[in-house]
Amino acid sequence: MAPKKKLGLIVNPIAGLGGRVGLKGTDGEATIKRAVELGATAISPLRALETLQTLANAKDEFELVTYPYEMGQNVAKKCGLDPEVIGSIARGKTTATDTKNAARDMANLRVDLILFAGGDGTARDICEAIDVEVPALGIPAGVKMHSAVFAVSPKKAGELAMSFLRGEAPLREAEVMDIDEDAFRRNRVSARLYGYLRVPYEASLVQPMKSGSLSTMDEKSSQEIIAEYIAERMDDEYYYILGPGTTIKAIADKLGIKKTLLGVDVVKRRRIVAMDLNEEQLLRLIENKKAKIVVSPIGGQGFIFGRGNQQISPQVIRRIGIDNVVIVATENKLHSIGTGRPLLVDTGDDEVDRLLSGYRRVITGYNEEVVVKVTA
Amino acid sequence: MKDRNVTGYHAVRWGEPIIYELGRKGRRGFVIPRVEAAVKAKAGDVISSVPEKMRRKAPPEWPQLSEPEVVRHFIHLSQQTFGVDSGINVGVGTCTMKYNPKINEALARSPRITELHPLQDEETVQGILEIMYKLQEWLCEISGMDKFSFQPRGGAHAVFTNACIIRAYHKLNGELDDRDEIITTVVSHPCNAAAPAAAGFKIVTLYPDEETGYPDIEALKAAVSKRTAGMMITDPYDTGIFDSNIAEYIKIVHEAGGLVAIDQANANCILGRVVIGDVGADLCHFNLHKSFSTPHGSCGPGSAPIGVKEELAKFLPLPTVEFDGSKYYLDYDRTHSIGKVAEFHGVVPNVVRAYAWIMTMGAEGLKETSEVAVMNNNYLLKKLLEIRGVSLPWGKRHPFRMQDVRLSLEKLKEETGIGIDEVNRRIVDFGVQRCFTSHEPWIIPEPFTPEPSETASKQDLDRFAEIFRQISTEAYTDPEILKKAPHNCAISKVDLTPSSDPKKWAMTWRAYVKKHR
Amino acid sequence: MPVHQYIPNSAPEIKKEMLKYLAVKDVEEFFVDIPEKIRLKKRLQLPHPTPELEVKRNIEALLSKNKNCNELLTFLGAGCWPHYVPAVCDEINSRSEFLTAYTGDVYTDLGRYQALFEFQSMIGDLVALDVVSFPTYDWATASGDAAHMVVRTTGRHEILVPKTTSPERLSVIRAYCERLAEIKPIDYDPTTGQLDLRDLRRKISSRTAAIYMENPTYLGFIETEGEEIGKIAHDNGALYIVGVEPLSLGLLTPPGEYGADIVCGEGQPLGMHMNFGGGLLGFLASRDDERLVSAMPHRLITITSTQHESEWGFAYTLPKRTMFAAREKATTFTGTATVLWAITAAVYMSLLGPQGIAELAEAIMQKSHYAMKRVSEVRGIEAPIFKSPHFKEFTVNFDKTGKTVHEVNKRLLEHGIQGGKDITKEFPQLGSTALYCVSEIHTKVDIDRLSAALEEVIK
Repeated sequence: MAPKKKLGLIVNPIAGLGGRVGLKGTDGEATIKRAVELGATAISPLRALETLQTLANAKDEFELVTYPYEMGQNVAKKCGLDPEVIGSIARGKTTATDTKNAARDMANLRVDLILFAGGDGTARDICEAIDVEVPALGIPAGVKMHSAVFAVSPKKAGELAMSFLRGEAPLREAEVMDIDEDAFRRNRVSARLYGYLRVPYEASLVQPMKSGSLSTMDEKSSQEIIAEYIAERMDDEYYYILGPGTTIKAIADKLGIKKTLLGVDVVKRRRIVAMDLNEEQLLRLIENKKAKIVVSPIGGQGFIFGRGNQQISPQVIRRIGIDNVVIVATENKLHSIGTGRPLLVDTGDDEVDRLLSGYRRVITGYNEEVVVKVTA
Repeated sequence: MKDRNVTGYHAVRWGEPIIYELGRKGRRGFVIPRVEAAVKAKAGDVISSVPEKMRRKAPPEWPQLSEPEVVRHFIHLSQQTFGVDSGINVGVGTCTMKYNPKINEALARSPRITELHPLQDEETVQGILEIMYKLQEWLCEISGMDKFSFQPRGGAHAVFTNACIIRAYHKLNGELDDRDEIITTVVSHPCNAAAPAAAGFKIVTLYPDEETGYPDIEALKAAVSKRTAGMMITDPYDTGIFDSNIAEYIKIVHEAGGLVAIDQANANCILGRVVIGDVGADLCHFNLHKSFSTPHGSCGPGSAPIGVKEELAKFLPLPTVEFDGSKYYLDYDRTHSIGKVAEFHGVVPNVVRAYAWIMTMGAEGLKETSEVAVMNNNYLLKKLLEIRGVSLPWGKRHPFRMQDVRLSLEKLKEETGIGIDEVNRRIVDFGVQRCFTSHEPWIIPEPFTPEPSETASKQDLDRFAEIFRQISTEAYTDPEILKKAPHNCAISKVDLTPSSDPKKWAMTWRAYVKKHR
Repeated sequence: MPVHQYIPNSAPEIKKEMLKYLAVKDVEEFFVDIPEKIRLKKRLQLPHPTPELEVKRNIEALLSKNKNCNELLTFLGAGCWPHYVPAVCDEINSRSEFLTAYTGDVYTDLGRYQALFEFQSMIGDLVALDVVSFPTYDWATASGDAAHMVVRTTGRHEILVPKTTSPERLSVIRAYCERLAEIKPIDYDPTTGQLDLRDLRRKISSRTAAIYMENPTYLGFIETEGEEIGKIAHDNGALYIVGVEPLSLGLLTPPGEYGADIVCGEGQPLGMHMNFGGGLLGFLASRDDERLVSAMPHRLITITSTQHESEWGFAYTLPKRTMFAAREKATTFTGTATVLWAITAAVYMSLLGPQGIAELAEAIMQKSHYAMKRVSEVRGIEAPIFKSPHFKEFTVNFDKTGKTVHEVNKRLLEHGIQGGKDITKEFPQLGSTALYCVSEIHTKVDIDRLSAALEEVIK
């Protein structure tokens, strides 16, 4: 008999704390104190509980591994699950370090999947600890969830986790976003692409019944195909400003050149011209030159400008021209954002946002495009 | 489990061996016609005329059975197959599992059709050519097109052929290099993307608006350009929604210089109500094994005639059936034809069956067909929506549906962990065919698509709904019975591991023996 | 107007009940999404509803204008051939379960899957390859599919095809391969008709995805260098596709034994009536190689086990197939195919058995050889043109008679005989030539009658 799958559970007990009382995020002791003063209740344990209840239906199929007390043990017990408890924490005083330790410990135990309840901050901690080493999936519980690593709901997180453990869900690399905290609290959003986690997703199932295409691509193959298509069509007279993300990186891989995963790089004649540029450097580079921008939706909400690629500023976009903006995305990515949901832009400049809005084409494969709504 | 699983049905279960396990050495089921002595003598040793290296060393290792054994074996297999005649098929959407009239069978099996060779002198086949020509005329009347070809064998084949015609049209106008894009919608049948892609086009897909279930006019306006060769969509959609923008779409695509082809697989519900050629479409196709009652044959042969407007008729595959005022003939002399997409003229017995059906039903019957098919669909829909766990996507905007309807068991899955896969494995325990889910991509989670058609009775619909309700109850109270289903079928749950393991898969008995014995 | 016999709920009482349940006054309310201006307002110009007896009479009257091959002595072949269909074949394919089933799962439709598996197995034994796919429309589309497979597997975009290939099949291959692969013709020896190996060696290169060859050829003779051609293909990194007529394999070496990677062919002779060209069955087989299996454009079913030890089950192989190259991602599409015919073929092959097919192939050859000799006895007629072994079809040349095939056939018709296919337009280099087919159904009397009639006709 095959050994049972191991499922790791990490609950960030204070995630979501500030949300209901109108605070934006719960980083830093001062904010936590304020939240508690305002009478905030911890949300994430409740969310984790919902997920575990969904999983409890199949508890014979996996072994649960978790951290003590409020970091997972408590909610597990509440569901009648009997987890293996590892690590140690200072009760009531958990910090980001504990989250990272938990992830690290579980990776060492070779768990098959880490479920974590929290927000972008928690995702960032997990990412820092294990990067893409172990598959992970977020139970949405934080206030800020711009990252694409979260399931749509706690129940869905449980379902997807179960699917994955049963070998029915493939993995893809999903963005972990990092928002400038202070800016956020002052009502300005400024998000950075922090890194990636490998996350299970619900691929569309193939019913080999009657007809239509007989294949479903996994994420990586889809990205390779898009990359082949773009690479073939590159015009030697243009500078190509390549945004961050795995789909764009696949283009660089196809050309056989290096690219930063999280930054904006420029390519010409299939060679790297400059890497990880900021806005100023970009403007200087493209002065009086022909250029195109290639971007992909970043994060869980499908921003094509404004999250993770602010270096491609409204100035840069204006200089290059709206018609020279190329958007690429795999169909899986579009579905994960939500079929029929629009892609979003937030460049900071209303006019540029307006020009970018409307219906735009997104390249989704070789000789395949999709028309999607883009709104500010 | 046995006590809880009381459905009143059990499938025939023969435990039938694979035919290679039957028979005995030396048996035979057929004696070939004799060769006269004089023929043998004059022909000589024909085997030696073939060089040794090309002579078969040993006969194929086929089973050796006598006739009664063969008959019994295949009768057993037929008894373990579930057709429209066997029981309720109302869950099998997009397939239009309607009743196949028996008179059509009797006619199609007449030696006057079966013993015709496709290349016989036209003088000798005037009867069959007349039937083909007349059916063509009737299909033109129903669709508003000017000419039909019966050469395509199935829906996907028909869409491919139409894509080839669009290609030829632009090539003749010298615009093929510039016009390389076909627009489609994600709620159309996937062959509306795959087939034109195979014909060399770039595919631009429109997504449905969240509320309406079909694309916005603005989306299409953004998609058309000088590169547009045409648009290929299914209307009404498999979701059961009729795309109200259809006339607008056609106008926009025409203005951009493109052609519009409509996949009419779901035509059953608009027979006598919408004439797509009059709405402006340039090409279309019908599935005779769907709307026109010809049998599905365990998955073919089917027939999917394509129809085009006059100006595109010159591109139709060779040959076309023509009438010169006194006789019928096959026209091979068409310089602009796209050539052939399959051998000979099409699945002619199905042409005869469809002809018989239209004659039997008449114009009034076609209208009644669409009326009752849609009424049946909405009746079943309402009953299903009363069941816990079932929901209707785009339900607010489209409470009524057309030929079929796409529903979702998302709620059931969330609340019980049971989804459409388990439901389908359980529903067959009740002597009912499983539901069609959805073509990919599954933009609706846990989808299922019933399609009663006009030949289902009210009792069928009530029974199906009742069974579905019972299954829903089981999901909430006794999910084990669903997880371990099926219980009352010919076999238990299959082991899927050979599906993706080259060391284990065996598509033939010889492969199985090599790998597993 | 009478209630329709196929529509249970058209009975007025039931309709009323159902509409009441739906809280709808008029059925038109269901069609609310159809814009008013595109709704048909008038009655379609079609017949009025017609009772069964009148339908029967109408169609039988039309069909009586035909002369079928029971009434006309026919020697036509060229992709659809006259063979005897054992009664059991029609008995089984009229079973309403097989006739009216479609795409149910293995639990309700076990019988259909098993019959298909048995069809696949017997074809596999016949052609000597381990993988056989779901059936397709006909030989032509199967060869188009094979073309896609080789392009996908090798990444090369050229296919070499002998000039003796059936023009109709070539037309379909071209339609499938436009924008995907170039079809390059190979010469044949004018005396023997055999594929010219020298020309093949000259034209094959590292750009070649495959060689496609038909055996027996369209013109009826057997390619004897099958093995050598395969070697040339493989030596150049190309694949080898062979198209076959199945009955000939009762006697000929199966392509799987002389190097074929892929075999396609026409299954109509395996129990299907000619049906005016509507009884065709395409089959596709390949070696059991992961790359080839992944490139198979049709569904594949594998035998498997179930929860109970003594049970057989079936499942789809690689239901989520990823394509190797982007360009070929969605190059094929099959849906409703020809399963009823595949089941029929399984029945036919089971009836014949290994003994039967060997005897049948020999009998067919004896008859066709007798016919070639008798026809050649007519002054001015040469049959066959090519000095090679033939199976059931052969070329008949009328140049020396001074008559065209068209004239000959018209006059033969007056004798109640349908002559062979006029291939003058397809192969002008062969002069006035027709393609004749003789099978196990032709008696000595039939063939002698043909010979006598030809004698008359060329005067």
